Order: sequence, then C-alpha cells, then structure tokens
Amino acid sequence: MTAIEARDVTLSFGETPALRGATVSVASGGIVAVMGPSGSGKSTLLHCLAGILVPDSGEIHFEGRRIDTLSETERSALRRDRFGFVFQFGQLVPELSAEENIALPLLLSGVKRGEALARARVWFDRLDLGGLNARRSGELSGGQAQRVALARGMVARPEVLCADEPTGALDSLTGEQVMELLVTSAREQGTTVVLVTHEPRVAAYADREVIVRDGKVNSLSTVAGPG
Amino acid sequence: MSVPMTLLGLLEREPSHGYDLKRDYDTFFSRGKPLPFGQVYATLGRLARDGKIVVGEVEPGVGPERKRYVITERGATEVESWLTEPVEAEPNLQTVLFTKVVLALMLGRPAEEYLDVQRATHLRRMQELTEIKRSGNLVDTMLADHGLFHLEADLHWIDTTVARLDALRTMVAQR
Repeated sequence: MTAIEARDVTLSFGETPALRGATVSVASGGIVAVMGPSGSGKSTLLHCLAGILVPDSGEIHFEGRRIDTLSETERSALRRDRFGFVFQFGQLVPELSAEENIALPLLLSGVKRGEALARARVWFDRLDLGGLNARRSGELSGGQAQRVALARGMVARPEVLCADEPTGALDSLTGEQVMELLVTSAREQGTTVVLVTHEPRVAAYADREVIVRDGKVNSLSTVAGPG
Repeated sequence: MSVPMTLLGLLEREPSHGYDLKRDYDTFFSRGKPLPFGQVYATLGRLARDGKIVVGEVEPGVGPERKRYVITERGATEVESWLTEPVEAEPNLQTVLFTKVVLALMLGRPAEEYLDVQRATHLRRMQELTEIKRSGNLVDTMLADHGLFHLEADLHWIDTTVARLDALRTMVAQR
C-alpha cells in the first residue's frame, strides 16, 4: 500500500523552477532515501510531500487522500497529527528541557502534560539518553541533540517521518548511531520514512533510493536501458 | 589480502600449528571465504623454504597435524617492514568506469544512464554492507566500513562526473 505520493509535481520559487514534474511514491512502512546534488529540489520535494509547501501543479496524496488541496489549517493539523520531522540541526526549542522537547508534539496535539512527559521519558533509555532529561539543548552534544530530535519526531507514532539531512551536522560514527536508531524505531513502529540525504552511506540504510535531478525524480535502476 | 604476510604476522604473535593459523585467519581476515587448508600448508612451505619460518619437530599426539611453525629473525624483519610501509595510495586514474564514460561519449551513447546504473549498483552493495554492519560483530563492521567508504568515494566521483559530462562531451567531440 502506498503511504505517500507525489504525482507530476511542479513548483517554482519566483522565476526559479525547483520541481519540474516530480513523481515518487513511498510504500507504507518503507524507507526511501531521496538523493541528489545541492539545489536539485530534494528538500522541496520533501516539503511538498509533507504538506509544508503547496505545488504549483500536480498532486500530493497521503494514504489515498489528496492533501495539496487542503487548507493551510487542515494541512497543519495533518502534519501535527500524522507526520514527524527531523532536520539537519535538531531545531530543539532552547528554552525547553530535552524531555519537554520530546513531549512537544504530544502537548501540541492536546495530550495531557503528565502523560506526554511519561511517553517522552520512554525514549531516553531507548536512545541511550539516560540522565539527560532536564538538559536544555545548549547542554547537549550534537549527537545527543539529534537523538532528542529523533525522539521528538517519533514520539507521537507518526505514519510518516520526514527526515531532512538528519546526520548532516554529525561526524560519521555519531551519524551512524542516529541512523541506526532512526531505522530501528521506524521499523518497530511501522513508520514510513522519507529521508533526504546527499550522503550515500546514510542512503544505504533505506530500502530504496531515488535521485532528484533538475527537479525530476529518477528511480535508480540496476539495469541500463537500451543505448 | 596478502596471505603469506598475514600468516607470518600471526606467527610473530606466537608459534602456532597450521590449524590454529587457519582458524585465526578465518576469524579476522577471510570474511566468508575460508582459507583452504591446502593453501595454508603450501604457503607455510614456501615461507619455510625462504627461511622466514622454521618447522618445529613433529609433536607426539593424535590428529593429522602436530607441526608447530616458528617465525625466524628474517621473517620478523619482513613483517616489520611490511607493517611500517604505507599501502600504495592507488590513484586509479584509468579505471574501467572512466574508460566506459569516455568511450560512451565518443560513441554517442548515454553515458549518464550508464553512470546511473553504476550508482544503483554501488548503492545496492552499500545496502548489503550496511546490513552486515547492523547485524554483525565489530570485525564485520570495520570491514564493511572500509568497503562503504570506498564505494562512497566512487559515488562522489560518479556525481562529479555527471556534472561534468557536457564539458567532457564537448572535449571528446573536438578530438
């Protein structure tokens, strides 16, 4: 079953085209790596899939339902309730503790504070963050902050996790640990993952890779077409 | 992998029987390609012939193999110089892939498609190695890492080459 899909999507920023007929679908529970050179449109594609950006033309479908025609309020609710996000720089809220940061999506969805924090705490052992509950983001290492960001992305058991260069700011070994945790928790929860990365070693954690080039998506094939 | 040098190195650690050498080699270095006993003994024979090891007396006991091999001063010197000498940083300036790209352009074939296929092949292998890392022990992980970093370097070359194809096509056409 398809979890999320872009059909012939185009989007320009002013005069600059970012996507020119991008089509991609991600199977439910699958992990797809979206690769491509800088400026190829891979992050723009992710933002369209997540309903953050609305395409100029084409369609975005989530679990069989078209979402690009929804209002901003409806798309915002959809993102909050069904999607999780991890970005290159954790983008944690500096005023909140690690525990509160993880609980944030639950609190925003109306889960009571006690329950939200209890659910957040489960992630500390799982991601080897024991004892860091009260730390602010400035008191965490890059790898710890990114694990907190991952927990925040996964805590509400989203159907889809959108990860944009989640290891881009980390060294190889720390990035690898984050990817291992991302893949393991996504598999445990059955979460579909759209992973934007320019790093092949990160993409290798995915089930499938696609490459965005000049605003179009190529599925990688192991067989060349006829010359 | 240099089998003779590896066996020699294992013998510098301690005198060993052929069986023990094979076991240690397979544990650390062979990764799914066990060293045949025949190769172990043939290699030990050559090392002994060249004066790098000596064969101890046959030890009393049951079993087919009771010879203990001992490294000589000459063998130990060789291990030392092999370890301290850096491995050649192979420039690989004339790879098969490079030749294919240039020929494809000369023949008006779709070089970019070929490179895409190569990219996919590399990524498949990287997925396999990543799976080995995720399920294996530390030795598996380190060996898989070595492969992954090399494949990644190839992929960077592929990406850069794709970005330069138009320029390369023009250059090839002018000659």
